[in-house]
Amino acid sequence: MSSTTTDILLLAFGSFGILIALTVLGEILRARQPLDEPNPVLDTYMTRVQSWWGMVAFIGVALLLGKPGIMTLFAFASFAALREFLTLTTKARADHLSLALAFFAVLPLQYIFVGFGWTALYTVFIPVYAFLFLPMISALRGNPQRFLVRVAETQWALMIAVFCVSHVPALMSLEIDGYGDRSVLLIAFLVMVVQFGDLLDFFFGRRIGKRKIAPGLSPKTWEGLICGVISAMVIGAMLNWITPFGVLGAALMAGIASLVGMFGNIVLAAIKRDRGVKDWSHLIPGQGGFVDQLDSVIFAAPIFYQLTKYFYT
Amino acid sequence: MKFLRQFAARIVGQSIRIFARAITAVRADWKGIEPIPRQRVYFANHTSNADMPMIWSVLPPAMRRTVRPVAAADYWLKNKLRAFVGPEVFNCVLVDRRPEVKDKPMDKIIAALDEGASLIIFPEGNRNMTEDPLLPFKAGLYNMGVARPDVDLVPTWVANLTEIMPKGEVIPLPLICTVTFGEPIHVREGESKDDFLKRASDALLAQRPEERS
Repeated sequence: MSSTTTDILLLAFGSFGILIALTVLGEILRARQPLDEPNPVLDTYMTRVQSWWGMVAFIGVALLLGKPGIMTLFAFASFAALREFLTLTTKARADHLSLALAFFAVLPLQYIFVGFGWTALYTVFIPVYAFLFLPMISALRGNPQRFLVRVAETQWALMIAVFCVSHVPALMSLEIDGYGDRSVLLIAFLVMVVQFGDLLDFFFGRRIGKRKIAPGLSPKTWEGLICGVISAMVIGAMLNWITPFGVLGAALMAGIASLVGMFGNIVLAAIKRDRGVKDWSHLIPGQGGFVDQLDSVIFAAPIFYQLTKYFYT
Repeated sequence: MKFLRQFAARIVGQSIRIFARAITAVRADWKGIEPIPRQRVYFANHTSNADMPMIWSVLPPAMRRTVRPVAAADYWLKNKLRAFVGPEVFNCVLVDRRPEVKDKPMDKIIAALDEGASLIIFPEGNRNMTEDPLLPFKAGLYNMGVARPDVDLVPTWVANLTEIMPKGEVIPLPLICTVTFGEPIHVREGESKDDFLKRASDALLAQRPEERS
């Protein structure tokens, strides 16, 4: 077994250990809860833990399968996220072809470019080529009504659901000196610090949260956010052995990723509020959609990718 | 042979359901009724040929087995494949809308109701190709409500299909399709046909997911 595989298994078992602890904790709390008193916070917590079980299992298997596994997993996540996003955006009959191209050409091409590690293509394909060409296709059908809104929202959907999400598997194509084939572990690092930061933000926000960050938009509080980011930094520092960052670097990278993720969550909450929906979809029972589940990772991924590329390659 | 055909029908039915789920992640919103087997007439908006398979796909298996879509014979008997899918996979009640036919559509519909089947009908009569959300309803819904007053008439809104597969397009867009079931209505005592159809149409429009501008 290569050292990368050993590390992945170690991480997976570690995560399972934490999940077992979280599940047991939740069950104990639930057992102590009187039956006639509903506790929405506990229910939210338990559904979150459940979906993390699924996430750890999926990502663990994908990491062990290596590149093809990771690419398939994230391409599917992008597809589900794009579907949720475009269901809510403004569109007209005239956009049919450009939307079909977004799903069936832009998305697969982006993942092919990422899969082959063609950095020069996957970093500009959606922000430049899709950005310029898809509106042309919509314009050719000749319906000017709300045209800018339509093309802008489609582009936003592609940036969030395809461009940003694809930066998670793109971490694998970074060539970091002395790090070898271990860059796959950066995916585990990013997802873990961001998700744990979210969990602890949720926990501390409930416990000691007072000052809302964006009142009327999101329940997030400054207290929760600070505790969440600090926790993410501590976890990042503890996980520094799977990264090329060193202890301090890992803590800083984790903190930045977690912070960006939390504000990303608020941005997506604003979009949901504008469209009058509570969740992006109902694909994950009790959890909402893929975008709800991935929101902070979506925003953190490109920043994390760029910082790693700038400072460590 | 009959057994084989039934088996094939089941396989095709499951494939249609899985395909619908995979592409449009179609889901049911049980707003006004519970998903329990009970005799009902689901009346829905009709914008695309995929409407009926969508409603059919979101029904739980026990309800799917007893539901019969009411559909046009001229469409479903056009070729051998359709003649298999329509009557055998979906178990359609095929009605012939031509005036010269002796076999009156309403007789067949009432017969199906008396056998205990639930129905899916599209009271607009034709696919709605206009910008209006609904075309005026035909009298059929009123007639069944009068003839069999015990049966629940359930407004059923199929959302997003116009965007998933507009007429004339070849590639379907994989957007999320939602089927919303509203509270059942019945023909009130002494209610005129036009009043009832107006009320039914309003009840169906009320099931639309909130319109965003």
